[in-house]
Amino acid sequence: MAVTAPATGSAAPPAAAPRGLATVTPEHLRRRYRRDRFMIGLLVLATAAVLVPLLIIVWYVVSNGISAVLTFDFYTQDLGSPARALQGRPTGLGHTILGTIVVDALALLIAVPIGVGAGIMLSEYPDHPLNPVLRILNDTLNGMPAILKGLLAFSLIVKPMGTFSGISGAVALAFVMLPIIARATEGVLRIIPWSIREAGLALGLPRWRVVLNTVLPAARVGVVTGILIAFARAAGEAAPLLFTSFGNNFFSSTPLRYLMGPVDTLPARLYSLAISPYKEWHAMGWGAAVILLVLVIVTFVGTRIVTRARHATDL
Amino acid sequence: MDRALTASERIRLPTRPIYRRLGDRLFQIVVVALGLSIIALALLLAEVLFTDGLEPLRRFGFWGFLTGTTWDPVRGVHGTWPFLVGTLITAIASLALSFFPAIGVAIFSAEYAPRWLAGIVDTIVDLLAAVPSVVVGIWGIFVLVPLMQSHVYLPVYFWAFENAPGLLPVLGPPAGYNLVTAIIVLALMIVPYTTALARDAIRLVPRSQREAARALGATRWEVMRMAVLPYARGAITAGAILSLGRAIGETMAVAMLVGNSNTLPFTFFGPAATMPSVIVNEFREAVEDLHLASLMTVGFYLFLISLTVNLIAAWLQRKLAVGGRSL
Repeated sequence: MAVTAPATGSAAPPAAAPRGLATVTPEHLRRRYRRDRFMIGLLVLATAAVLVPLLIIVWYVVSNGISAVLTFDFYTQDLGSPARALQGRPTGLGHTILGTIVVDALALLIAVPIGVGAGIMLSEYPDHPLNPVLRILNDTLNGMPAILKGLLAFSLIVKPMGTFSGISGAVALAFVMLPIIARATEGVLRIIPWSIREAGLALGLPRWRVVLNTVLPAARVGVVTGILIAFARAAGEAAPLLFTSFGNNFFSSTPLRYLMGPVDTLPARLYSLAISPYKEWHAMGWGAAVILLVLVIVTFVGTRIVTRARHATDL
Repeated sequence: MDRALTASERIRLPTRPIYRRLGDRLFQIVVVALGLSIIALALLLAEVLFTDGLEPLRRFGFWGFLTGTTWDPVRGVHGTWPFLVGTLITAIASLALSFFPAIGVAIFSAEYAPRWLAGIVDTIVDLLAAVPSVVVGIWGIFVLVPLMQSHVYLPVYFWAFENAPGLLPVLGPPAGYNLVTAIIVLALMIVPYTTALARDAIRLVPRSQREAARALGATRWEVMRMAVLPYARGAITAGAILSLGRAIGETMAVAMLVGNSNTLPFTFFGPAATMPSVIVNEFREAVEDLHLASLMTVGFYLFLISLTVNLIAAWLQRKLAVGGRSL
């Protein structure tokens, strides 16, 4: 049927159609369908090419690192000198894990209030004259390589203090988190309808109570998601930590030293283990990679669960 | 507007003026101060990198440092040209390598895949973006490099040795840590960014666009090519440029895999270096003041390049995102 129709009267309408659709002959149609199927194949291939490497990476990391991670010493001992690993004495990354917790927690402590505050400024005071500048600079900061933020923390804190320190590492990581949190906060606060704010204002609440007691709680899930994303991003960063918190092969002698002295962190330690010449340390490097990957994936799954819970309540 | 008072407000009446006015004032001051600190941080970043790297700029000049091909801390001669070249080559090549697969994934997930599959694909892509750079780096060192060396670099090198000796200077010695390895790993790391931005752009294309093309009898792919992709073109381009920015700043995986050589010319299979990788590798070992300052200067140039790339992307987004213009 379709074969004869265009052959006899293919006058006005096909001529107006976009290129590629103009002439409809069976052979032409077949070619178009063939191309359609070909493109589907190509797209599936592209998707596989992108997804398979991730699975390969995860598989290699887990299979190489699982033996290190499953030992008790890995969490309770510190690294010490290479001799310890070579002679088979107990060695682990306990100090690294502890240092990572200290540095990451401190970074969150610095970045969350500032980032959320900046997000509030952008969304709740939309006509503030500095907002366009803040938005542009925040995006610029977000696009800056993390290593530059490490250089900044080095100049601002390490140089005046005269020593590498946990604090400087935390500040460097906070620089990484800040723009992400600010941006995410602005985004979710803006979704909250103005009618909610107006309802609060109509009840006579001052503006700051409206923001703190109605807008922020309503946007809580989104803000938390933004913070988690920022955390996942910063927790894997090694570049800014290499010349701020530097690294340390041992547990620090006093708690204060974790803040004021050089501290080990998982990404930075992973780097130095990977480029070290010792096989035993390579195995521990894979172990560190497992922990890091688990940390990131757990955070990531956390954001998914949190957002899914919100969608459930929305319905 | 708040003359009609409710009971609960009546109770608070005595404290209200202070509570309201001072509270609002304080809150705004605090919030603006927090916002200002981000502004200050961004400006401080530029200022610190500039002043800490001032000495090499003074000694070699802005263009002199940029185009200087010698990086010799011992003789105190510094130029960032090799690293700039390395950065641009790796970033552009990795974008070229990853762009079409990334767009493919975006189209597949946004248009073709059933919902459940699209969800899985999106999750894995987002997860790929979250994998730390160092983890990719250790995988590269112990898995990718040996594999590429025995299956690609050496065979190709020997083939060229026998059949096309003219290629040898371009290929370079088949070290496992080289430009090609760095490019492959970089491509892998920026794919998720390009994909995510392209996916969002494609999903934002109005239904009516697709329906119009369907009504004309277009096949699925023709709908994509004629109605959807042109509409999303601007946002996709902006996303690609943002990914380029990521590739330029990506540090650890590249530093672990690029081989680290600070002399031009770079070859495909020989070691090279990028601006972030030289900072990471030399910063902790820099003892000379000039060496340290020069690394800061490299950071300053890196800042300028990132800034340019980001501003271009933002400009493109604003200019083209409105609706892809006409076909």
